[in-house]
Amino acid sequence: MPIAETFAALRAVFGDLPTSEFRGATRVVVPAERIYEVLEFLKGKHGFDLLVDITCVDYLNYPGAKDRFGLVYLLADTDANQRLTIRTFVNEPEPVVRSVVGLWDGANWLEREVWDMFGIRFAGHPDLRRILLPDEFTAFPLRKDYPLQGLGERHNFPVLTRGKS
Amino acid sequence: MPLTLSELAEDQAHDAGQPYLWTMNFGPQHPATHTTLRLLLKLDGERVADAIPDIGFLHSGFEKLGESLDFNQYVTVTDRMNYISPMSNNVAWHMAVEKLLGVEVTPRCKYIRTIVCELMRLSDHLLCLGAMGLDLGAFTHFIYAFNPRETIYDIAEALCGARFTNSYTRVGGVMRDITPQVVQMIRDFLAEMPPVMDDMDRLMGKNRIFVDRLQGVGVLTREEAINRSCSGPIARASGVTRDLRRDEPYLSYSDFDFQVCCAREGDCLARYRVRMAEMQESVKILQQAVENIPPGPVNVGPERRSILPPPGKVWTTIEGLISHFELVMPNRGMPVPNEEVYCATEAPNGELGFYVVGDGSPRAYRARCRPPSFIHFALFPHLIRGHTLSDIVAVLGSLNIIAAELDR
Repeated sequence: MPIAETFAALRAVFGDLPTSEFRGATRVVVPAERIYEVLEFLKGKHGFDLLVDITCVDYLNYPGAKDRFGLVYLLADTDANQRLTIRTFVNEPEPVVRSVVGLWDGANWLEREVWDMFGIRFAGHPDLRRILLPDEFTAFPLRKDYPLQGLGERHNFPVLTRGKS
Repeated sequence: MPLTLSELAEDQAHDAGQPYLWTMNFGPQHPATHTTLRLLLKLDGERVADAIPDIGFLHSGFEKLGESLDFNQYVTVTDRMNYISPMSNNVAWHMAVEKLLGVEVTPRCKYIRTIVCELMRLSDHLLCLGAMGLDLGAFTHFIYAFNPRETIYDIAEALCGARFTNSYTRVGGVMRDITPQVVQMIRDFLAEMPPVMDDMDRLMGKNRIFVDRLQGVGVLTREEAINRSCSGPIARASGVTRDLRRDEPYLSYSDFDFQVCCAREGDCLARYRVRMAEMQESVKILQQAVENIPPGPVNVGPERRSILPPPGKVWTTIEGLISHFELVMPNRGMPVPNEEVYCATEAPNGELGFYVVGDGSPRAYRARCRPPSFIHFALFPHLIRGHTLSDIVAVLGSLNIIAAELDR
């Protein structure tokens, strides 16, 4: 299905969503509370069956940015060989978005990584734990207000003795 | 190692009715994990009832580093992601940056990058297949595979001076042009490759012990492969006919004649066979590429304001000095738009993409790597459930998990 038809269908169902294009990639901005419905619609009706990646950008101090976090869902259509980028914005103090694990099992670890690095909660995620960092970690290191050299966590890890282990 | 994972405590309550299940640690250090990753296994005798991956041992904040190193400096970090095929990572990173900046590299550069990408694919598949044999007890297979890898390292050394962490590409070009000597080395290597692949195939392809241990183990269906975001040889072994080299031709892949290798079974043997067949295709691509490298400049010109001029120009001409100076000044470097791009490449392991956000400064505002190993390792509990303890190494080997890329 050509991408223009997909857009027309998206507009018909979800209202006027801002779209943009840059270097051949089409991006659609979706309100955070409707992200699940939009992705379900694209997956079920428009053949975007592959979730390539979920990532996040912290727009603190970004020139001209109004929202704090931008979530990026990269979709692909394995049959028609098309790509589509869906973006949504969430803000502090309680950045939360509905999990898409119900649509793609592959979203499980990707959402866990976003939670680990940015502290964005995915409502309905079956197993939202830290994935790369230890459970004792308290900060979200890919946020822009986290310094490159850390906040000294490495010196405060609990020490395990041989007897306790 | 203490079993402090929260889900384990939960599971123990859950398993109250199955007191015969016992828990075992696989890793973090185990010869068959190749690198540092930990699996918590719940075993019913020798059957794996469940496996819980615990990763992050090698997490070193590569994406955070990407926000403080400039576009050319960060290439040294991408080397360390998948260190089995470093140049593929270099190419993927700089393709994403060039897409952001709008730089179109020269035809010669595209050919050279294609050649190094395919060499790295051979290197990666050789390691994966060799180590798969090693884990299943066939040491000779590993040695067969490692011999040509040595030649690939020699080629890399002749090409850019580094054997292991190459950092070969630059924004708008490559570090050094390919020389006739390197071309000859690649030709010699291509002549020596088919007998090696034959040897490997004769040794293992129909070996009853090997085939019995792989066939029907870790089966992934086509639907699951797509649903779980698989890519590369793992998806193709399950019947997904997706290869970015053919579907979204980048570099100069559209010039070459090659097949996309797929299988239907989706088990470990299919993944082995797909990788084996892909090596044949890589050799084919390389044969076409090394004979047809177009002449002309290898880097984009200084008017693009993206690549540093060669040192000789800087020391002897005023233009070279000025353009070098302009590029290294903090506010005079490459013109970066306030935009975001995602650029995907078909790395040996699967789709390796970078999501780069520019904010006008010579550094990425966000440098996200879409690591194939991370996504493929998420499959592991699904693939191993119901198989035996000894199948773990077969499944791990066939997924080709590189922990440095997994944890970044």
